Amino acid sequence: MDYFLELFFGGLTRGSIYALIAVGYTMVYGIIELINFAHGEIYMIGAFTALVVAGVLTALGLPALAILAVALAAAIVWSAAYGFTVEKIAYKPLRTAPRLSPLISAIGMSIFLQNYVMLAQTSDFLPFPKLLPEIGFLKPYRAVIGTSEIFIILATALSCAGLTLFIKFTRMGKAMRATAQNRKMALLVGVNVDRVISLTFIIGSSLAAVGGVLIASHIGQINFMIGFLAGIKAFTAAVLGGIGSIPGAMLGGLVLGWTESFATGYVSSDYEDVFAFLLLVLILIFRPSGILGKAPTQKV
Amino acid sequence: MDNLKKAILTSLWFMFLTFPLMVVRVNTIEKIVQWRFMNMVYVGVGAFVLSYVWRYLLAKRQIGESRDETGGGRRSFGARLLSEPRLYVPGLAALGLAALAFPLAGSMYQVNIMITALIYVVLALGLNIVVGLSGLLVLGYAAFYAVGAYTYALLNHHFGLGFWTVLPIGAGMGALFGILLGTPVLRLRGDYLAIVTLGFGEIIRLVLENWSDFSMGPSGISGIDRPSLFGMQLSVNGSTIYMYYIMIGLMLLTIFFTNRLKNSRIGRAWIALREDEIACQAMGIDKTRTKLTAFALGAAWAGLMGVVFAGKTVFVNPASFTFLESAMILAMVVLGGMGSIVGVVLGALVLILLPEFLRDFALYRMLIFGAAMVLVMVLRPQGLISGERKVYRFQAGEGSHE
Repeated sequence: MDYFLELFFGGLTRGSIYALIAVGYTMVYGIIELINFAHGEIYMIGAFTALVVAGVLTALGLPALAILAVALAAAIVWSAAYGFTVEKIAYKPLRTAPRLSPLISAIGMSIFLQNYVMLAQTSDFLPFPKLLPEIGFLKPYRAVIGTSEIFIILATALSCAGLTLFIKFTRMGKAMRATAQNRKMALLVGVNVDRVISLTFIIGSSLAAVGGVLIASHIGQINFMIGFLAGIKAFTAAVLGGIGSIPGAMLGGLVLGWTESFATGYVSSDYEDVFAFLLLVLILIFRPSGILGKAPTQKV
Repeated sequence: MDNLKKAILTSLWFMFLTFPLMVVRVNTIEKIVQWRFMNMVYVGVGAFVLSYVWRYLLAKRQIGESRDETGGGRRSFGARLLSEPRLYVPGLAALGLAALAFPLAGSMYQVNIMITALIYVVLALGLNIVVGLSGLLVLGYAAFYAVGAYTYALLNHHFGLGFWTVLPIGAGMGALFGILLGTPVLRLRGDYLAIVTLGFGEIIRLVLENWSDFSMGPSGISGIDRPSLFGMQLSVNGSTIYMYYIMIGLMLLTIFFTNRLKNSRIGRAWIALREDEIACQAMGIDKTRTKLTAFALGAAWAGLMGVVFAGKTVFVNPASFTFLESAMILAMVVLGGMGSIVGVVLGALVLILLPEFLRDFALYRMLIFGAAMVLVMVLRPQGLISGERKVYRFQAGEGSHE
């Protein structure tokens, strides 16, 4: 039972991170129908920013909680800034271009950002400080669930709830839903579509940054390549849940996390990534629109 | 004045953006913080200059677009070059001679690079059938390439089969995998298809990596035979040159084949399918079969090149067939101009040879490469040379027959 619970919470943690990144993919896809390949890199940049800021603050000798708060805030701010800039440079000039062009541009951006971080920082694995504090009374249960895992799960739940409320109840959220539904029509009724798209990138990038900082602190090391696999997995999660649907991305992340966790725990740890992709392929073959996605109607 | 203000703002924005990563470097174990403020100056000045260049280029693109729309623009030099035999025949002849003489003039290193470039040219042409002509976005093309390479590696390792025997088998295996993977997924729409193929690509690579009994795992298979010339084994240099000519031959074959395919019945069906699926079905084109043919043919080419790759490097391991490889081949197709054969050949040569020319900037090579990809897409979204469709014209007032 303990083993099961360990895998359960391990999967939940992992899935939470996937969910945080997947939301960014799904929002962007919902609005401009683009697979934002550079999104994984934004997550990586978030983790690196937090590392740098935490390093400076530790040298200054600030208390642990303050370091966590400032590093997280800095990661969010800079990731959002990067997301915003990437959209302006690589995607905005391509709004009316053939559909594959922004995709290639995104792949180029992803290669550029990876190498930029490698050159600006280092190509080695860097140890990442334990930013998340240890809670005393949880010590006995450590084998089942660690403190950082609880933090990750809680932070994800909070972020997702916040995002859902924002989309549902604010004016800007309404504008986003309208743009996702029909961009041209939204433009006609006076929605500032450019601003909505920018905001989408900013929100998606911020959530990715939160995920990046939390998981980096949980695992304890980062490197400039971490964005790639995390990005692909998160995209898998987004497709799994039904791309374009925000609750779908969250659910997809969790399903993917659990699948990986249980499959590696009970079947074989060699094929960890194979399970993820196998799940994706099966879902797409039997339910192409994802778990929560609506089947697209084709107009003639 | 407005431009100056914009440039200054851009410069400030990029200085802010790059501040944490460019200026600070920390060592969390020894708690040392290193400040590199000079970098900030470089970023500031660089962003200032680039901001002008960027806006100039965007403005230029806009002028080009509006000229295209009015239709009054003259045809570009490239398009004229390609359409007039008087211009391209001598050029082609010179190019052919240069290509044939290359191994005599270039060093072994250069010949090797050229072989790699030619392999990618053929791969890109193969992918062009799937992506460029049929509009099926495939992100896992390297998987079929891997299938070909491992077919040769395994058959050679276990049964000692030679290069020429396996070459058609490799292509066949590629096609077989194309059909196997294609059958269940081809009813998916554009982006979903892309993701499933990405998933398949990764699955094949991961299986090769982990199923050690079958594929010898991450360490790969070494000591594969080089191609033999009528049963003779050549020296390393000799076989490199031999390989070069094989690749020239295969490339010409591929160009000939894809060129003929493009205007054939099935080729036109692909293009029609790319443009409008529903209209296509209404015209009585078997959607699934047509797509599957494209998929299988594209995969066959990848399988073929896989065999050549294994024969060239005499060593294969799963690390050669990552997603980046697929993305690279796709980039060649899109960068060169989807559907255009000349464009795709050009795109592949540029993407393989450009990093070689940038070797002096070894560290910055991939950085420049990524930036170039973005830049070309932003400035020429249709690719370097846009694919031209065969147009049938009726000559007005000319009566019945020509």
